[in-house]
Amino acid sequence: MKPADTLLTPRPARERVRDASARSAVTVAGLIGLVALAGVAVFLGVEGWPGLTARTGLPLQAANFWALAWPLAFGSFWAAVLGLGLAVPVAIGVALAQTWYVPRWAGRFLGATFDILAAIPSVVYGLWGLMIIAPRLAPVYAWLGAHLSWCPLFAGPPSASGRTILTAALVLAVMVLPVMAALCREVFAQTPRTTVEAALALGATRWEVIRLAVWPTGKAGVVSGAMLGFGRAVGETMVTAMVISPAPFLVGFGLINSTNPNTIAAFIAQTFPESHGVEVATLLALGLVLFVITFVVNVVARRIVRATGGRV
Amino acid sequence: MTALAGRPAGVSTRRRLTDHVATVAAWAAFAAAAIPLVSLLVTVVTRGLARLDMTFFTSSMRGIVGAGGGAAHALWGTVLVTLAATAISVPIGVGTAVYLVEYGRPVLSRLLWFLVDVMTGLPSVVAGLAAYALIVMVVGPGARSGLAGAIALSLLMIPVVVKSSAEMLRLVPTDLREAATGLGASRPAVIATVGLPAARPGIVAGVMLGVGRIIGETAPLLLVAGFTDSLNLNLTTGRMATLPVYIYSQWQNKGADQAAYDNRAWTAALVLIGLVLLFSLAARLLGRLLAPTSLKG
Repeated sequence: MKPADTLLTPRPARERVRDASARSAVTVAGLIGLVALAGVAVFLGVEGWPGLTARTGLPLQAANFWALAWPLAFGSFWAAVLGLGLAVPVAIGVALAQTWYVPRWAGRFLGATFDILAAIPSVVYGLWGLMIIAPRLAPVYAWLGAHLSWCPLFAGPPSASGRTILTAALVLAVMVLPVMAALCREVFAQTPRTTVEAALALGATRWEVIRLAVWPTGKAGVVSGAMLGFGRAVGETMVTAMVISPAPFLVGFGLINSTNPNTIAAFIAQTFPESHGVEVATLLALGLVLFVITFVVNVVARRIVRATGGRV
Repeated sequence: MTALAGRPAGVSTRRRLTDHVATVAAWAAFAAAAIPLVSLLVTVVTRGLARLDMTFFTSSMRGIVGAGGGAAHALWGTVLVTLAATAISVPIGVGTAVYLVEYGRPVLSRLLWFLVDVMTGLPSVVAGLAAYALIVMVVGPGARSGLAGAIALSLLMIPVVVKSSAEMLRLVPTDLREAATGLGASRPAVIATVGLPAARPGIVAGVMLGVGRIIGETAPLLLVAGFTDSLNLNLTTGRMATLPVYIYSQWQNKGADQAAYDNRAWTAALVLIGLVLLFSLAARLLGRLLAPTSLKG
């Protein structure tokens, strides 16, 4: 599309040079952006390769890369699943409460609080979980360990400090809640007004309106929002690094134990500052594993969004 | 939704009960969400006030054991690293957005959009590792500096800037562009005199959002900018402390006088949250103030 160029008198050479240089400057910026973003995987792959194949000198004297990576990947997944399991029902409930139940001022108050909380850095959540939440949960864990130890999840021995994977999951849930609740509310708000009114006209109670009209249209949005939240929780570093009291190579579902599985992100943050040589390469390769996990989760979440025609 | 306040007459007990249970559940979820959130805010404010004094802003931790000291070095580090990351991200981000909206070839554009979308979800610790790997490739292993931290943060900030800038550039009415072209303006002139000025409020707001996102990042800075007790104003050499990493290290390297370290950590958290809120507020205000009247609403 160059109407001016073809129809009018030729431009002066100075102007054409300026046009061409502006165009190439912008193209170069685009290419740098492309390289920077695509480069993440490349940089990690190139520098992390020695870690993937090493047999000696790995962190924690691991036998090989996968012996180290598997328990950490398990921990990342387990913490994120627990966190989302706690956050999703509350997020749905909050979104419904804000639009259907709570007085408008209360809904707006919570919305404003959410806006502030969405902006709070994760290291502050870590500090809060570690110093405020964990000590208060320790007696709860002791009680759970004493009374529910027949259940494998609470088999214990219970942690005296409260720094368990369940505490970390709780903090993660609080952390992803503002974003997820806002997302759910937006999705539920897209319910066609006529459908709601039709349900009401048929004599539905408030709950039946939600179940018959609001939920069916919002379901897919909630699922993809949960997946985006999962992607965030699985890569979250500071909360798990500060709250969980980890044991090396541990794979276990226990929620209240004094020893817990560690997560990939937390392990990287804890180990990296004092690492050298092969250890660093191993951590870079671990970063690549985490990158692939979040990449897949994000792509799938966005596919769902697109398939259902929603926008997130 | 006020029309829903009453329940229709003649509803069976079971349905009425279910409705009641749902109402209680929604209120319970509301409370379950509000309690931890309020607790977090109250804790940070009350515990943070303990050390919110002048020394905190004027003194570093050099030679400090136990009480006293401050976070001046970390504050300066945060300011410098954030400025550097912004200086890297804005030209690349806005340039990429202009390319996407004004010049983009189909294949390259789609690839770029996909990457920007996916990179919005990049875990920050991975950005730190990638920046480290990049720097190792260029200058060799072991180097930690404020600039390395800025590069890591710009990996997180570029997608935010690209997204918001491109969205705003797309909203510029075609009429305006066509009018400028009709007056004989060249393509870059149209972009520079019509596209960018019209999109400016959105771009500025997007940059502020990006700054708000990166200013509280801990993990990447912990990896590549490191930590120090002294003031370092040189971005290219030596470790540089930043506020988030300061919070982490106050907790992690506690001395005998634990309360002194805890108090400093909470005060740093309060200051950091203040900074983040300042930027998100600025993003909103600037977005509103700079909006050209023709594009409002």
